[in-house]
Amino acid sequence: MKHTLYLAWNYLKYYRVKTLLLLLAISLTFFIPMALEQLSQQGSEKLRARAVATPLLLGNKGSATELCLNSLYFRESGLEPIPFRSLKDLRETGLARAIPLHLEYRVKDQPIVGTSQEYFSFRGLTFSGGRPMAVLGECVLGARAARNLKAEVGSSVISTPAGAFDIAGSFPLKMTVAGILNPGHTPDDDAVFTDIKTTWVISGKAHGHQDVGEQTADSLLLSRSASEVVASPALLSYTEITPENIGSFHFHGNPDSYPINAVIAVPGDKKTELMLRGRYQDHPAFQMVVPEDVVDELIGTVVSVKDLLLLAALSVGLATMLITALVFLLSIQLRKAEISTMKQIGASPALVRGTLITEILLILATGILISLILVWSLSNLGIPLLENYLY
Amino acid sequence: MEIQQGSKVALVGPSGYGKTTLIHLIAGILKSQSGSVQVAGVNLNEYSERDLLDYRIATMGLIFQEFKLLEYLRVLDNILLPFRLNPILELTPEIHSRAVDLAGKVGLGEKLDRYPKKLSQGERQRVALCRALITQPSLLLCDEPTANLDPGNRDRILDLLFEYCQAEQASLVMVTHDPEVLHRFDREIDIRKFLPEPQTASS
Repeated sequence: MKHTLYLAWNYLKYYRVKTLLLLLAISLTFFIPMALEQLSQQGSEKLRARAVATPLLLGNKGSATELCLNSLYFRESGLEPIPFRSLKDLRETGLARAIPLHLEYRVKDQPIVGTSQEYFSFRGLTFSGGRPMAVLGECVLGARAARNLKAEVGSSVISTPAGAFDIAGSFPLKMTVAGILNPGHTPDDDAVFTDIKTTWVISGKAHGHQDVGEQTADSLLLSRSASEVVASPALLSYTEITPENIGSFHFHGNPDSYPINAVIAVPGDKKTELMLRGRYQDHPAFQMVVPEDVVDELIGTVVSVKDLLLLAALSVGLATMLITALVFLLSIQLRKAEISTMKQIGASPALVRGTLITEILLILATGILISLILVWSLSNLGIPLLENYLY
Repeated sequence: MEIQQGSKVALVGPSGYGKTTLIHLIAGILKSQSGSVQVAGVNLNEYSERDLLDYRIATMGLIFQEFKLLEYLRVLDNILLPFRLNPILELTPEIHSRAVDLAGKVGLGEKLDRYPKKLSQGERQRVALCRALITQPSLLLCDEPTANLDPGNRDRILDLLFEYCQAEQASLVMVTHDPEVLHRFDREIDIRKFLPEPQTASS
């Protein structure tokens, strides 16, 4: 055994290019299906964990999948808004805690999540520094958002305008960072959390500017009468909320009609959950979805695709193994002279066979070992990559 | 045909008369269909395949015209190959030292770590010679071992072979077409005397 292993090892070492190619082929044959399975399993678990932790979601009638993906994972898309009134209505039922979500704006690549302080306790988020946002214009950054924006407690971040040519679009608003969250390896790490009202300031529905009633500079006014003052475009609109100008910020119209995108509903028990779902079942404008069900359905679709990919990978793997077997058989044909020499010098047929089988087993075992190491590396070291992709 | 223990015999004759076949019969690689081959009084036809193998390992050293080295083994490992191929031979530190000494004696002491493809023809045949001698055989069977060598290397190989046979009282049977070396043998056997018709064109 010792000598067959020695001979086999020397053969593989000497013909290292051939050995490496075979190892590569065998490693990939085993690695691809295992990696696919691992990635899909971990991805599904991550997706499910977030969905399971969110009992109910209220949103505009439309795609339940889109509602869930946007509200849970803060994907960029145009979720149809629902009025702020719907949050109040939900709270008034007394059946659930209601946490609003306004998800239309961004700071560079980081999503701005307009919500309430309750969100942090609901998700179990803890602070690595600072505190929750307390006044208009303050924000809290997820760990990765803080890193990406190079922000710290006390510094500022500016919301990204929706578009240079969209005059009705969002305004850039300078927000003060009140706190930074600990990393949780969830989409919350990427978010810029702020108060719902602050997102309305970004949208332009609330704003602050120089006081035209008491403004003395006539150059800033187009006309003034006893009942009406018409401001000039030169009037300064604030893009930063400070203790000095916070009093000048005000809302136009009825805030009940202001937009939010979704409401997380946290019922007290299963019974109230069913009651809530029943209440919104036939609602003409809103839908109440169970994220777990929606994500399970989504995963079901992904798994079907994964199964197809797995089948393809296994087919390619089988073909590779057959080609590898052919390579070994051809190699034995080419080594007839060598085998004959070994026998003439004194090797028994069993020893020759044993040496050839040992070579094949060494290649197979090493190939499988490499693929297992790769899968282990993928699942242990590659998780951050996966999370970066998912969130 | 009878060959005395310790004698040095040149086997000559035209190609196709079965010189290589005769060597293979004596080595037990082939079995005779008629007649018999007896070595040290033992009829090889009575041996099983396994016994023939052990007999060959224990008694004989084989040297071929094409050297037949394993390309993926270094010089030292090629010399020690018989000890790795058969369990009746035990690879001990003494054997290892003997291989190193033998290689030094034939001028390969500095090239023990080289692969055969890095050696000259003469050096390759010297490795094959060491591989045949490492088991200290009492019978050396050589099939045109100097056919591919220049006269200098040819003489060196023959010197080593004869030196060994002299020292160990070993027998030597060598197929050769080279008339210049025949004078060194005790006896010259022309295969044609024993075979009425030419056989194959293998030697």
